[in-house]
Amino acid sequence: MSGSKALMKALEKEGVKEVFGLPGGANLPMYDELYKSNIRHILVRHEQSAAHMADGFGRVSRKAGVCFATSGPGATNIITGLATAQADSAPMIAVTGQVPVKMIGRDAFQESDIIGISNPIVKYAFQPREASEIPEVVKKGFYIAETGRPGAVLIDIPKDVQQNEAEMRFPDEVRIRGYHPWADADVSEIERAIDLLLSAQRPIILAGGGVIISTAFSELQSLAEMLMIPVVTTFKGKGAFPENHALSLGPIGMHGHAEANKLMVEADCVLAIGTRFSDRSVGTFEEFEKNLKIIHMDVDPAEIGKNQTTHVAVVGDVKASLRIMVKLLIKRALKKSDDNVWLKHVNEVRDYWRQNLKIHPGEMGAAKILRKLREVLPKEAIVTTEVGQHQMWASLFFDVIHPGTFFSSTGLGTMGWGFPAAIGAKTARPDVPVVDIAGDGSFNMTENSLATSVLENLPVIVFLVNNYSLGMVAQWQRTFYDRRMIGVDQKNCPDYVKLAESYGAQGIRAQSLDELGKAIKAGLKSDVATVIDIPIDPEEDVLPFVAPGTSLKDMILPS
Amino acid sequence: MWAILSILVENKPGVLFKVTNLFRARNFNIDSISVGVTENPEFSRMTITTYGDEKQIQQIVKQLDKMIDTIEVKRLDEHKTVYREVVLFKIKVSKAANSMEINKLANAYGAKVHDAKKESIMVELTATPDQISAFEELVKPFGILEIARTGIAALQRSGA
Repeated sequence: MSGSKALMKALEKEGVKEVFGLPGGANLPMYDELYKSNIRHILVRHEQSAAHMADGFGRVSRKAGVCFATSGPGATNIITGLATAQADSAPMIAVTGQVPVKMIGRDAFQESDIIGISNPIVKYAFQPREASEIPEVVKKGFYIAETGRPGAVLIDIPKDVQQNEAEMRFPDEVRIRGYHPWADADVSEIERAIDLLLSAQRPIILAGGGVIISTAFSELQSLAEMLMIPVVTTFKGKGAFPENHALSLGPIGMHGHAEANKLMVEADCVLAIGTRFSDRSVGTFEEFEKNLKIIHMDVDPAEIGKNQTTHVAVVGDVKASLRIMVKLLIKRALKKSDDNVWLKHVNEVRDYWRQNLKIHPGEMGAAKILRKLREVLPKEAIVTTEVGQHQMWASLFFDVIHPGTFFSSTGLGTMGWGFPAAIGAKTARPDVPVVDIAGDGSFNMTENSLATSVLENLPVIVFLVNNYSLGMVAQWQRTFYDRRMIGVDQKNCPDYVKLAESYGAQGIRAQSLDELGKAIKAGLKSDVATVIDIPIDPEEDVLPFVAPGTSLKDMILPS
Repeated sequence: MWAILSILVENKPGVLFKVTNLFRARNFNIDSISVGVTENPEFSRMTITTYGDEKQIQQIVKQLDKMIDTIEVKRLDEHKTVYREVVLFKIKVSKAANSMEINKLANAYGAKVHDAKKESIMVELTATPDQISAFEELVKPFGILEIARTGIAALQRSGA
């Protein structure tokens, strides 16, 4: 059997039904076997989009999405996609072609040292030098990508290795001696965590992306309800806890909810679950941990103590740890009443800010259009975002009701991620509507994925919050650079309705909330992608705002 | 704080690159490094010394441990560890009397003398970094022409 055939067989054995990719000289043998296999190929217009699609697929299905690219520029084009997936712990496999083994190191045509280039931004990278290695490499690749803290894996296969014939053995299981993805949580640490939480005057739960990755939704909710502890999330953890729940305060951070930031800094003890305490979430590290007892639950031991000093550390899968915690609490027959001073205060602060946070007065202000989207969109719909102001408005004004339906490039902050990721999400879940909450600057970066969406019958809605501006940069120039605006004006280009139509997609301009509601409904019914162009005031800022290098207590509020 | 890290890794191409790249990417410095195959040819042992505060050292150990190609990462207690480095000094001989002086110093430090020539002398010293620095200070006045150091090799004492 050839290396390429073994690759397809190994992918099929992993349950792969779709790959996102673009062929080229060095991966033609793979594509020839892809032609003969039952795996569906979804053609992209740029390899970066293939990587984001695989990433979106992986986040939604929790199975590694797969993308293909050729050697050289094909491979370097997926680097941003690999880094994005890795930064957000998303399971993903990229298979690249490479020049033949004997040409490696000769600066051959379309040769790039993708193993060296990718090293710091992947969980692992393989380069099989013999065809017979391929089945095991694929098995190991999926094992590494999907277990423990998930991540991006690269498999770089020289062209002759794809072509060579070899005796193949397909392992059902692999062991990697230096890789121990899960530790069993130490129960005594969980007992200590409970004691600390129960002794706290002002406890809070901080749920991160790890809760979503390990689907610990019901465990988190049980815990919060048993102890009556309010829940804030990181931005990546948005939607780990239903945002319409009485104990939900929403995301903290640079553009966190006012009530979440206010109450986070008042807390004396935090149960932080599946979070790495990113600077965007906690502000300055030193200020955040001041007067705060931190209980840190995480699957990755290297996260303990990296950014914050931890009082109790529970290392292990957070779903399993939370389950043990809930069981231990049941054993203690302890139920906290909702009649306590802290919770009363929490409710007051929350109600105050929910009623009194100033929002843009215009009909098409960010809060209003996103609340309209929430109103019309079914709660099980999957939402991705691009990166920029619209993303932060989504964080502030779009409530995630159904846990684990909201995905964003939160770690790397990759503009252009949301749309291809939405297409990947739609591939994984064709049964639910998928919406990319987009900004125009970000959408520009991968808008040619409209071709993929239309031709591959993967209709998604692009909810385009359009200020014809690189809005977040513009906001920083207005705020920190005395309105010296440079490099931010998109000058009314392009016409997004025409752009959509030129790809055979549906383009609708919505200039009132009424039009917007109708446009979303039209998008939900459409067989092709829908771009809803929503012109907004280019001067609208995202507020609240915790300026970089400051702490949550220094939050700037709308005046 | 100075730390000696003993890292057992898969003996295959690219692992040294990954380990050193991790130090660079995480903003840590390598003070010295030595690598060699172990009693089991599937593994190599890297001995890396580095500086950092307690929190930083703990973080390096955790990040190294997280690497898939590392089998075991140990932070060695220098008081319970034998650690040595081999250094070759090429020292200038400007007058014959110096040659004798250098030989005497070498003897005192248990160093071996190689390639004693009229104009230079080569000394091989196996010692701790402190002893090496001390020896270096002593021979400096003669004029050091070249130095080559291996980096530290270290093993924890049995039962320690």
